[in-house]
Amino acid sequence: MFISQISIFVENKQGSLAAITEILANENIDIRAFSIADTTDFGILRMIVSDPDRAIAALRAKNIAVSLNRVIAVQIRDVPGSMHKVLGLLSSNGLVVEYAYAFISRKREDAYVILRVDEKEKAAQLFEDNHVHTLTPEEVYNF
Amino acid sequence: MFFQPEIETIDRASLRKLQYSRLQQSLERCYHNVPLYRQRFDEAGLKPEDIRCLEDITKLPVTTKADFRDNYPFGLFAVDRKEVLRYHGSSGTTGKPTVVGYTRNDLDMWSDIVARLCMAAGARPGDTAQISFNYGLFTGALGLHMGLEKVGCGVIPLSGGNTEKQLMIMRDFGTNILIATPSYAAYLGEMVQERGLRDQLKLRLGLFGGEGSTDTMMRKIEQSLGIIATDNYGMSELIGPGVSGECEFRTGQHIAEDHFLIEILDPETLEPVPLGEYGEIVVTSLTKECCPIIRYRTRDISRILTDPCPCGRTMYRLERLRGRSDDMLIIKGVNVFPSQIEGVLMTYDNVGTNYQLVVTNNGYMDNLEVQVELQDTSLLESFQMLEKLTGSIKEKLRSVLGLSAKVTLVSPGTLERGAGKAKRVLDLRNKG
Repeated sequence: MFISQISIFVENKQGSLAAITEILANENIDIRAFSIADTTDFGILRMIVSDPDRAIAALRAKNIAVSLNRVIAVQIRDVPGSMHKVLGLLSSNGLVVEYAYAFISRKREDAYVILRVDEKEKAAQLFEDNHVHTLTPEEVYNF
Repeated sequence: MFFQPEIETIDRASLRKLQYSRLQQSLERCYHNVPLYRQRFDEAGLKPEDIRCLEDITKLPVTTKADFRDNYPFGLFAVDRKEVLRYHGSSGTTGKPTVVGYTRNDLDMWSDIVARLCMAAGARPGDTAQISFNYGLFTGALGLHMGLEKVGCGVIPLSGGNTEKQLMIMRDFGTNILIATPSYAAYLGEMVQERGLRDQLKLRLGLFGGEGSTDTMMRKIEQSLGIIATDNYGMSELIGPGVSGECEFRTGQHIAEDHFLIEILDPETLEPVPLGEYGEIVVTSLTKECCPIIRYRTRDISRILTDPCPCGRTMYRLERLRGRSDDMLIIKGVNVFPSQIEGVLMTYDNVGTNYQLVVTNNGYMDNLEVQVELQDTSLLESFQMLEKLTGSIKEKLRSVLGLSAKVTLVSPGTLERGAGKAKRVLDLRNKG
């Protein structure tokens, strides 16, 4: 099962990030998880938000370059070794992780890992076969 | 289809004969009616009759924009003000505009040569033409306006700006011909694509001018608007649009040689370059009454094309302008024309048609930064794709310009664009 992630182009200048978070705040959109990667010239901000479609419309209206992509969110126990179980599964099956970031839950003793994998259909099948729970969009947005 | 078939297909020998007899008359008019020209003849020890053939024109000194400024407002007029039916001027970005006047014959000649280029490009009687140039002192809007009316087109004098209204009228009036600057046409094209309006439009032809463009930019406009995009050239000091214009074959701009004598000079030495080589366009009017002009330095760089055009017109052609001798940048000792950079950027679909050049100096070395809008957001999937894009643009710029530039992606819609001459160069050297 895949969930929607928004990727936002961030110019490398003062105030760029705040301009983006301001738009989301004004729209009352909740940020579930995010990661930012940057080079010297620009950054890409990736986010899981409560309402991706509305977030994209609001950002585009303000001339911000944004795209929607599908990623996998897996639920793992917040105990030593559980992250390795997931990555080991992907690795031993020849899948490549392009990037990943994690968040934890306040309500349960679980952690969640957002994964972008080169062959995502295959990864989803692997997780299903090995009883690794992947989150549905509803589970993530109504977290 | 021709507007004036006899003259547009005249044989070269007859054309030269016509040019010379008209040149003599024009020089007489200048000598007897314009103090500046008389003074210049006298200083050179020449009389109009000393110009015995077309090539002798090189004996006379050139005229520049400064001459217009120094003789503001009417010092270069060769007729009584009572004969002046129209005034125009340059877009005058700084200080006083350069003023030009038109007699009845001037307006008639002007609208003839504009009608010629419109028909050559594909305008036909009964077409609806939308003018998105700004009206006012600027010659572009009224020049095309009169020429298109002469062809028999229905003209919408909409003026520039207000994109919503442009698109509404374009759709509701069934506009066939768009008259605009290339950068504004490119912007309208983006809007039409973004809103999926193309199927509701009847646009067929673009007549573009007023600023520089490149082949790739014109082809891009053709794709986004679904039209044939043509270029035309002129400036108020010469008459306005109409000096030259592309026909439907787009092989370069046919020059109205029966009314203008064109030279191509080396901008440094002011010596003629061999036929077909690049240099500055210098123009002498042959028939103008109010503001005849001798060897006007346009500052525009181009070259003359003499090979036959399939349309059958015999007038020589100007290649698409290469840049201006005064907006040429010298970066790290290399001559750079913004149009070269534009040419590179226009080959990429995933960046916008707008760009900004920023030139800085860190104390000992020049740096060129090219800012361009990221258009294709699917590239945000991965860094590698974005870096591959900037790397590829950089590489291409290096091979075209012969120097390396920094390429910076910026958010879409953030670079300045406008209906007027786009301000694409920011030179911050020697500015504190």
